[in-house]
Formats: sequence, C-alpha cells, structure tokens
Amino acid sequence: MKPFTQAADVLDKELAVKIDGIISAHNGDATQLVGILLDVEAAVERHYIPESAAYYVAQKLGVKPTQVYDVISFYTALHDKPRAKFTLEVCNSAPCRVKDSDKLVETLKRLLNLEVGEVTYDGRFSIEKVPCFGACDVSPAVRVNGVVYGHLDSEERILDMLQQLN
Amino acid sequence: MSNTVHLTINHLPLEVPAGTRIIEAAKMLNIDIPHLCYHPDQTIKAHCRMCMVEVTGQRKLLAACSTVVWEGMEVFTDTKKVYDAQVGVLDLILADHKQNCLSCARNGNCELQKLCRRFNRLLPELPDISSNEPLRIDNPSIVRDPSKCVKCGRCVKVCAEVQGCAALTASNRSGDFKITTAFDLPMDQTDCVLCGQCSLVCPVGAIVEVDNTNDVVRAIQDPRKHVVVQVAPSVRVGLGDEFGMEAGAIVTGKMVTALKMLGFDKVFDTNFSADLTIMEEGSELLDRIKNGGKLPMITSCSPGWVTYMEKQHPELCDNLSTAKSPQGMFGAVVKTYYAQKMGWDPHDIVSVSVMPCTAKKYEASRPELGRDGYRDVDYVLTTRELAKLIRYEGLDLSVLPESEFDSPLGIGSGAGAIFGATGGVMEAALRTAYEVYTGQTLPRLEFEAVRNDVNAIKEATIDLNGTPLKVAIANGLKNAEEIIRRVESGEADYIFIEIMACPGGCIGGGGQPIGTNNAVRDARIKALYELDKSLPLRKSHDNPEIKTIYEEFFGAPLSHRSHELLHTHYHARPKKHDFSHLK
Amino acid sequence: MSKKVCFITRNFGKYDPDSLKSYESIGGFTALRKALKMDGNEIADVLAANGVQGRGGAAYDMGKKWRQAREVKGEHKCVVCNADEGEPGTFKDRELLTNDPFQLLEGMIIAGWSVGADNGYIYMREEYSHLRPRLLSAIAQCEEAGYLGDNILNSGLNYRIHLYSGAGAYVCGEGSALSESIEGKAGRPRMKPPFIKQCGVFHLPTCVNNVESLSLVPPLLLDDEGYYKSQGTEDCPGTKMISVSGNVKNPGVFEVPFGITIREIVYDLAGGMENPEYPLRLVQLGGASGRICAPSQLDTPYTYKGMRQADLTAIGSGAVLVVDERTSVIGFLRMTQEFFSHESCGQCTPCREGNRHIAMLLDKIAAGEHTQKDVDTLKKFADIMSCASLCGLGETAQSALLSAMKRFPEVFAVKEEVAVR
Repeated sequence: MKPFTQAADVLDKELAVKIDGIISAHNGDATQLVGILLDVEAAVERHYIPESAAYYVAQKLGVKPTQVYDVISFYTALHDKPRAKFTLEVCNSAPCRVKDSDKLVETLKRLLNLEVGEVTYDGRFSIEKVPCFGACDVSPAVRVNGVVYGHLDSEERILDMLQQLN
Repeated sequence: MSNTVHLTINHLPLEVPAGTRIIEAAKMLNIDIPHLCYHPDQTIKAHCRMCMVEVTGQRKLLAACSTVVWEGMEVFTDTKKVYDAQVGVLDLILADHKQNCLSCARNGNCELQKLCRRFNRLLPELPDISSNEPLRIDNPSIVRDPSKCVKCGRCVKVCAEVQGCAALTASNRSGDFKITTAFDLPMDQTDCVLCGQCSLVCPVGAIVEVDNTNDVVRAIQDPRKHVVVQVAPSVRVGLGDEFGMEAGAIVTGKMVTALKMLGFDKVFDTNFSADLTIMEEGSELLDRIKNGGKLPMITSCSPGWVTYMEKQHPELCDNLSTAKSPQGMFGAVVKTYYAQKMGWDPHDIVSVSVMPCTAKKYEASRPELGRDGYRDVDYVLTTRELAKLIRYEGLDLSVLPESEFDSPLGIGSGAGAIFGATGGVMEAALRTAYEVYTGQTLPRLEFEAVRNDVNAIKEATIDLNGTPLKVAIANGLKNAEEIIRRVESGEADYIFIEIMACPGGCIGGGGQPIGTNNAVRDARIKALYELDKSLPLRKSHDNPEIKTIYEEFFGAPLSHRSHELLHTHYHARPKKHDFSHLK
Repeated sequence: MSKKVCFITRNFGKYDPDSLKSYESIGGFTALRKALKMDGNEIADVLAANGVQGRGGAAYDMGKKWRQAREVKGEHKCVVCNADEGEPGTFKDRELLTNDPFQLLEGMIIAGWSVGADNGYIYMREEYSHLRPRLLSAIAQCEEAGYLGDNILNSGLNYRIHLYSGAGAYVCGEGSALSESIEGKAGRPRMKPPFIKQCGVFHLPTCVNNVESLSLVPPLLLDDEGYYKSQGTEDCPGTKMISVSGNVKNPGVFEVPFGITIREIVYDLAGGMENPEYPLRLVQLGGASGRICAPSQLDTPYTYKGMRQADLTAIGSGAVLVVDERTSVIGFLRMTQEFFSHESCGQCTPCREGNRHIAMLLDKIAAGEHTQKDVDTLKKFADIMSCASLCGLGETAQSALLSAMKRFPEVFAVKEEVAVR
C-alpha cells in the first residue's frame, strides 16, 4: 500500500530551498500551515507533498509530523501521493450533475482512455471527481490547476479544453 | 453569582457546583450516562455522541459530557428520543467495529461490549461495514487493530496532552476518518515511545499490548527449562483490580502464591534489583558530583522516558544514569550470578518479568540487555497478562493464601517498593546517598518533599548534612519536556532528576489493568508508601541479600563487573527523515 | 416590484477592481470615513434598523451579532470574513470578491471599528485561489493608503487584514472549523460552548461574517434615503444576492428584493427551464444542506418568514438549484448524499457513520429493492444525524432527504414484489 516513491523519498536540495522560501514568505508562521502546504504542493511538478517534504515542513515550523499529516489527509486540495501534471477535476456536485457532468466524465474517460483516479502513463493527465468549485453558472465544468473551464457540454468543447493544457 | 446550580435530572432535584457538566451531575445521582469518548482524566471531546440527553427547551439533544449545567435545567436521560439516539449511535458504532469479540484481548472488559449488554442489542439493525485493515504488529510492545477502532480519540488525547508525543493523530475525513500515525507509518518509526498509555484509555480492543502469555505457558510446560519470574513493585498494588479488589489493594503474598501455582520454578522480587539499582545509581550520582561528571544526572529506569530521550533529546544521552533499570539488572543477575549459584546453564533459564509497562517489552529486546546470544529477560508480561494467566489457571486471586518470594533475590526494601511511585526512585536514592555521603544515619526516612502528584512536576532542595542537593521529579512526558526546557534554558540547576514516562510513575503504567485512571493511581501511590512503612527493611543498602551479592559477586558498586552487567549506554535514534545532507 | 435591484452590486463594472484609486474615484471609503465618526454601537444599530440578517446561512441578526461582539471583553479581537463559499450551487461571494473587493475590505474595516477588533482574517476557499492576487493587492494598496495599519485615518483604530486560504473542505465554512483551519490544523469543528464570539480564531473573541454581509455594510451606512429598506417586504426589507444554477436558461448571480417568489426567480430572472420538454421537478434552496421545494411551493415568497412557513430552508446561502425531470428525486438525493459523504469531517459518530449507511440505503431505494423497514431506518438515522451531530454540517446534511420524504413520499414507496417477499 506504500506509494512507489517511498524508497527514494529523500528531500532534494532544490525542493528544500523552495520550501525555505515558501516558509519565509509565510513569515515562518506555523498557523499558516495550510497555505504553506498548498504552496509546497504547487512547487512540486506532480502536485503532491512528498513525505520527506512534510517532515521538513514540520521540523521547520516546530510542529509535529502528525499535525502535518492530518492536515494533508484532511483537505481535498492537499495530496500525499503523486498526481498528474494536469488533474482534470470534474465537479461532482448536484449543480453540475443535473447538467449531465456524468456524460462529461464518460467523454473524458473515453478520450484519455483513463479511469477516474488513474494517471496516464506519461503522468500528464488524470481525472478526479471533486465537490462544487463555484462555477455552477458555467456548468458542467472542469478545474485544472486552478483554472476553470466551463460549458463542457459537447465533445468539441472538451477537446478544445484538453488542447489548451500544456 | 451563586456558586451552586439547581437542576433536575429525570425529575430528581439536585444541587451541584457551577461549572459541573451534565455527565458528572448525573453521576452524583448514581446515573451513569452512556459514553465512549468521555474519560474522567481527559479534556472533553464530545465526539462519540453516545451521551446525548434531552434538555427541556432545547431543540437538539445535548451531549452530557460537554454541556455545563445551568440554573433550572431539566435533564432527561431516558426518554424515547434519548433512547433512540443512544441506541442509534451505538448501532452506528457497532456496524463499524469488527466484532470478533471472542478472540479479542478486551473480551470481558470492553466498554462497547458493556454498552451492548446495557442496551440489550440482540439484533443490531445495521449491516457490518467495518474495515478489513490488518493488525498493525510492528513493535515489541503494542498492537493496533484499526478494524476495532471506534474513533473516540482518547488515545490521541493521552498521547498529545499527557505524553506530548503526538505519535497518534486523527486523519482523513468522513468514512475514511481514522486514528493512525503520521503517514500511517509503523509505530517504531514515529515519535511513539511505546508507553502504552493509549492501550490503557482505549475503550475497546483497538490498541492492546503484544501478548506473550502463550510463550510463557509453553516455557513453563517445557521440563528442560528453569522458568524464573520477577515481579515489579507496581504490579502488587495493581493486580487486585483485575479480580474485583479495591483500588490500591496490596496483593504481594497472594500474587506470589498464584505465580507458584502457575508453575514458575522461582518467584523473585524486582524490589531486590530496585535496591541494586539504588546502590549503583546512588554511587554513580555521588561519583559524578565528586569527580565532575555530567550533571544533572537523570534516572533511566523508565524505558518510555529513555526512548523519548533517545528520539527527541539525544543531547541528553550522557546525562542519563548508566545504571540499568531494575528489570535489566535482574535479568543480568539471574543469568550470571544466580545461574552460577544454582549450577544452571544460562541457556536453560527462561527469565520472565511481570511489569506494569508495555515499554518494558521493548526494553527487554534491546541488544544491550543480553550477551552470548541470549536475552537477559526472555519474556515480559504486563500486569494485565499476568491476570490472564491467573484466570487461565482457574484461580481467584482475591481468596488465595499468601506466600513468600524465593530467596536469594527475593528480599526487597521499602525503598525498592516505592520505585513504583513518582518520586519514589528519588526518595530511595536519597535514603542511601545521604547515609553513604554523610556517613550518618538518617534521622527520618521519609522525604515528603520529593513525593509527587500524578501528572506533575516537583522541585526540592535536599540538605545532605550541609550540602544542598537540588532535585526535580516529573511524571508524564509532557512534564519531562518541561523539566528539560528548564535545564536546557539554564533556568534550573538541578543535580539529580527523576523522570517517569507514565502519569503517577510505574503504578500508572501502560500495562496496568484496564480502568487505571488518576483516582486509581492516587490509591496505588498511597498503597506503596504504606507498604514501605510496613516493611522492617527500608533502605536499599541495608538489604542483606544486596550485601551478599556484592560480597559474593560484584565486589562494590561501580566495580568492573557491575559496569559490565549492571550498566548500559544510550544512543540517538535514527530519524525517519534526516535533513543533515542539506546543510 | 422590480425583480432585479442594484444595491450591494451597485459598483459592479463601475470601477477597476484592481485599483484603489479607481474605487476612491466612485466614492470608495466614504462609508469608512463616516463610520469612524460614529460609535460602534451606532453602526450596529444601523444594521439592526435595516433588519439585516447574516448572509452565510444561519441568518443571525447582524446588528445583534456586532453588538455582542463589541460587548465581549478581550484585549484582542478578530473579525473573520467567511469567504469559504462551499454550498454547492452558491457563487455570489465569488462575484463580490471578483467585482468589488474594496467594498468588502471597507466593510471589514468598519466591522473592526464597530466591534473593537485589531485583526481581520479573510478565509477564502482554495477553489477561488485565482482571486488571491487581486485581494492581496487590494490589501496592500489599502495599507499603503492608510486604510489599514496603525491609527487608520487618525481615528486611533489599529487594524490589519490577513488572507488565509482554505484547501478544499466544505466544513470549514463552519465558524469553529474555520478557526481551526486558520490556526493551521485540520478543520474539524469544535464543541460548543464556548462559542466563536467568545473563543474563536487563536482562542480570541471572533466575529464571523459572510462576504455578502460585510459587503453590505458600506452601502447601508451611506443609504441616507433608505433605499435598502424600501426594497423587499415589510417584515423582510432589503435585497439579497442569489445564485441560480441547474436546468435553467440563464443561470447566474442576481440581486433581488426579498419577497420575490421562487417562481419569479426561476421563470423570470433565470429565463425559465432550459428545455421545454422537461418541466421542473424540484428546486433545492440554500445549497446541499437546503430543503427541497416541490413545484407546488413555487409561489412561496423569498423571505425568511415566508420560507420558514413553507417548511423550506430560510434563505441560507442564497443558492437556488433548479432541477428538471431528467433527474429523479432519488437520483438527486444520491448526488447530495455523495457530497456529504465526501465532506463530513468524520469526528462525530452520527455524521461519519450515518452518512455511510444512508448512502447505502439510498442506493437500495434507487434500485427499487428496499423494504418499508429500510425506509424507516433511513428516516431514523437521518433524524439522529439532525439531533445528535456535533456541528451544523451533520445537523443539516439530511435536510434534503427529510424534506423529500415529506414532499415526494411516493418515491419511497415499497415496490409490491418486494413488499410481498
């Protein structure tokens, strides 16, 4: 059950320097742990927080590793396992569902030949179902690395969206 | 504002101090409101929602554990609404709890089982959705069974708030919510010190000790083996709880009878080696003072504390007394001195210890506690496991006759006995150190100034006939951390510090009977001091068997041989993630 | 009565939301200057006189809330702007944050003055992270101009605003969970009491207000002609931001006068059903935690009292989710249930375990394999969640289900072949 990166999970200097920068941008303030972890995740290409990075953050902020782990596991936007470069977050809440976001998911699965939760072999794409991100006026919608793509109610538009991801 | 509040519970009027919570007020009427997460020694969590009660004028039900009473409050604990909610919550918990009760370590003293009996849950309504997560057996001391966890959070609280370790945490959300370690790592890779306090507060069998009773039964059944057992000071004032005796009952003689009936070849007293520890540790202290050794010197008999130091404060390795713990010394003595005396091959001896402690299981597995391919202590049983063995033998401890420990290695002084209580090692050491240092007889044996409360810190300055000796005592690792802070900040200049990992000292250890709480701890501490008072022998250096063993075997404290057998060393534990390569 | 009004949204499109100068050029911070000449209680009185109820969902009397916050003793106090707009189908705060960030900041500074706080925290959901740069720059510009910092406009007020980010947790919209999150912890709600107003962020007295509530303050203080009060109905004056989504022609955010009917919202403002072949099945009001409105209830006036009398969620977050007949009632309930099964914080038993069992029972009902006992069990545990959960999330998670059981009893009816089994 251990993530495949575990064996090689030694914090590299480059990421450590980035984390140092993130922590000082947050004034070394342990209460800003959630924001710090969001920034760390954004700094990692595969959009996750390696265990070693979490321990490093804990040590730097003087908090227990358990607190960092609890926070990572609690919040949907934080992850402890590697994800795709582009995770297609499809809104799974009622406002998008009644606008047939199920069909959107099916189309994405077919186009990318991918199941929900899987990552493409090149690490570029994955599909996740997420709760409402407040784009109900343009539903059905997808959010990718913070950018919302709305009105994805035809294959044409979905392809168009995928082509924009680079 | 008035300091008392009037309320009714099920129409019965009562008056309670302001600030009382409903659950405590009900207790005054002998009503036990059902609960799982509530624990008298812990801060309120209000998570399990078993204790919901109806209060007139309130739309929702209120949690009795978290709601403070108010003037004129009308509480109902047994209406239909309350019953439905309590039974409903119980059913919800039950459906997510692996119900292999017959093979559970907590069969018979499980709080969930008790609630099911109380609410007569013959036909639970909900399907079993308990997890299939496997047992977590990753250390010599404690086993976690996530499939039984009811998520009450007591273990998380005790680990963080009493021990300051925070090795356990809640994680995830909703149906995935669980109690685990950081990144779900094995316990030994976390900040856990294996003290077992979590196993003591767990209402069910989700955290229990590693069970070694079968190993011991097999050893006893093996005719080629000499099976000897040592029993720690705290066991004799805890074991009775398992057999319905009142908290703090002193059951030394009955316990010895039970052990003999169980078939142990020799039944010895760890109080003896506690005296031996005092001889070595006391001499070490005087030696450090005299010869400019590392000070403050800190006691090393609590393996939870030793692990904590090695994991969190390796800079203190040289401050710890090199004297082994009484368990460690006993193990070494049995397989050397005693084996020689009896003409036994040490390999044929199975050395068992009964300890109030789960961390002692780990301590016995340390490579420093053994030689020539054998372990000084082969199996460590907790008080709870000893009770299991006694029940297996079909004995009722409470009615057994009394008998004496075997000799030699069976005489312990009152000083050895109080090792189990916070401040006891300090007092025992002072009794000996004073007389050795000053060459005079103590006018009064009791050092009340170093007797400590449960979950507390105590500081004192002892007058060694003109020489002041600053000492400190702490129990509970959060208090230990505070002592370390005072030392490392230069705020305090103690010479000698006693630290016990568990609240109250060993009498409150993680291997003691389920139900051990702070009130019970107080009773046990009292019992040990009574025991001390009742003994003819109250100073370690007066113990005739101690005198003999030095004459026959060790020569003198801190001799070459005692260094070889009775002393040890400590080392920094590797960190899960070490960032030294980044420097 | 006009169906679309412009009070809180009066600045939308009128200025450059990235520029303080631009905001000042349309009269920005006049309200703050006015407020700083008023006593904190007088400001609370203005809110009370206009009958303003909090826009977050709990609909607490805002004037009363500020008065209480003012009365709580404490050397340090906080104001929290709850921008964790997490109720599915709600996006009106997004519009306020996007189009008029300075009005929000102005409202927060006035709140700080009124209740006697020295720090303000904006807790914004991660899903709106694209708005962070705009808000951070707005805060920085205000600091530069002396609207934030020490001795603001020579009033003696020392006040700073900090922007904190959520990370994807609906429950953090609950005040105590939000406080935990701002403290750098998992956002699991605390038991109450102590209440947030006494012991919130960093265990300080904390006054939590929704984005819309705070944005409403500057225009209200300047509303000398009583425009706000002239809107709405007698017992529920004023205007409200609503988010309309689902199967309508024109989903979006609208500012409406209280008293408009749900029918007017759906058929006039939102242009009616998107596909005439599929008539309206139901409307969910207030987000996932809201009750379900049957077609027969469409003429209910959109006021706190009107909604309450119709046994509907009293306004809540202002979400109006319109669902047509392509989605079945049970299908819809399963969607809502999926949301709560994902969002429960998991610490209290009724919510953690109740959601799991209710989800399974709904699956069974959707498959038509349920017995009457299943329906009874469903109701029983939904009730237990409502009355025994630790926080508002568990308490309201089954609002949709319980209201659907009342309004659409036929969908829970046991199939004959199952009944005779």
